[in-house]
Amino acid sequence: TTTPDELGVDVKPTVETLRVEPPAEREAGIKVESVEELVDKLKNEAKAAAIAGVNKVLVADNAVYANQLPENVAALVVEAASGYSHILCAHTTNGKNFMPRVAANLGVAMISDIVSVESEDTFKRPIYAGNAIATVKANDAVKVVSVRGTAYDPVAAEGGSASIEALDNVTDAGVSEFVSEEVVKSERPELTSAGIIISGGRGMQSGDNFVLLEGIADKLGAAIGASRAAVDAGFVPNDMQVGQTGKIVAPDLYIAVGISGAIQHLAGMKDSKVIVAINKDEDAPIFQVADYGLVADLFKALPELEALL
Amino acid sequence: MKVLVPVKRVIDAYVKVRVKADGSGVETQNVKMSMNPFCEIAVEEAVRLKEAGTASEIVVVSCGPQSSQETIRTALAMGADRGILIQSDDALEPLGIAKLLKAVAEKEQPELVLLGKQAVDSDHSQTGQMLAALLGWSQGTFASKIQASDGKLTVTREIDGGLETVDLKLPSVVTADLRLNEPRYASLPNIMKAKKKPIETTTPAELGVDVAPRTQVLKVAEPPAREAGVKVASVADLVEKLKAEAKVI
Repeated sequence: TTTPDELGVDVKPTVETLRVEPPAEREAGIKVESVEELVDKLKNEAKAAAIAGVNKVLVADNAVYANQLPENVAALVVEAASGYSHILCAHTTNGKNFMPRVAANLGVAMISDIVSVESEDTFKRPIYAGNAIATVKANDAVKVVSVRGTAYDPVAAEGGSASIEALDNVTDAGVSEFVSEEVVKSERPELTSAGIIISGGRGMQSGDNFVLLEGIADKLGAAIGASRAAVDAGFVPNDMQVGQTGKIVAPDLYIAVGISGAIQHLAGMKDSKVIVAINKDEDAPIFQVADYGLVADLFKALPELEALL
Repeated sequence: MKVLVPVKRVIDAYVKVRVKADGSGVETQNVKMSMNPFCEIAVEEAVRLKEAGTASEIVVVSCGPQSSQETIRTALAMGADRGILIQSDDALEPLGIAKLLKAVAEKEQPELVLLGKQAVDSDHSQTGQMLAALLGWSQGTFASKIQASDGKLTVTREIDGGLETVDLKLPSVVTADLRLNEPRYASLPNIMKAKKKPIETTTPAELGVDVAPRTQVLKVAEPPAREAGVKVASVADLVEKLKAEAKVI
């Protein structure tokens, strides 16, 4: 028998155990009714709960909320809002639809479309189609805010393990009813999340000519957008509109074809990393923001571009 | 059906705004002012509803300084019947305006409030939704088509990725998107006629509405400038630069 002392070794502990606890218990979850429900839950609830930084996911699973009717969704959010200092949503058509109702029913101002958080009550947001940036301080106790998605990098989709709680109270305002939805199914990426976008303007001359952009979009894996002028002229539907009153985008590469560069269009795309402009008018304002400008007839340049990619 | 159309006077959408040197706001002196383009679409839609026999009377309302009367006159020249100016020289926020419009709606009892989806100065896109919330009414935002039939309104809405159609119980608040219609130009005889149409003036105090601001603009600044790049000589040159220099394809 020997001892640490005899061996001349100091084994004095350098760490101290403060407390011993049982491990976090895993609670039983819920039983789902069908495979369909299971897939839906895995896709939505579990996904939200796995986002890094999320502590709790509140789920209101009721047909009343199926189509996000703002009268019902706003009532739900207002009810769930107590105890929260900040209520945020994305500045999408859905967020813009219900969030002002939430703010009005809470009796507070809403700060729309923020691009930066300066402090817990102060935010930056573009005004006048992005021609000015206002720094706004919200003096209400509760801050209701919508966020411009392209101004932020997404958080990690994994790493979190939030608890999931059900909201059981159901409010059906009963004043509106969903009739139908016509969603464009496309194999191309969504405009607001695409890495590359190619957009056409009035210079495309017709909706049929947008086919010239499609070949290039296919080769680049790009989304196709349009200027308000092209939408106004009836070439393409409004959900393709990039601009102040359409979608705000910020891809790695934005190719503007036959777009002059009106203020309201620039407001929607000038945060793109690299901007290319193809226009036959060398004085077009779009060249003032383009990294690479090509003065050319688009009907010649587009087939050539497609061939070279 | 009586229709209330709130309109806003803004810096003309085609004017390039300049930020004031002291950062307190944008230059509004000697700048062309116009009706907000989406409000024009709302007025046009109301006039079309009246022409189709659906709307019985169109009342236009604007909140702002005395000069907002001109904007009301423009709407009257397009075909609206009478105007209400809620005069205030203070900066009004969407919630304050929604409260003022609620007071007017309670007095006028319209079945439909039709307004623009957003004003091109503050770009909030809040007023219509807030008004609907305060009144407890249904809402159809970003409308590209409106159809009225016995006690309800069928509204087609522009949503991300496509279109959505909803049925709304009246009374309702609808906000106009770009493709709803193309506003008309007022003819000279109609501009002359509009001068005789009545405009009633009231104030937030008379309506008993507190419009004290909830937010404070600390600073208005120019956005970071984007510099013009280079002109390339050919498509081949462009592809080469995108591959080698920008490395984006």
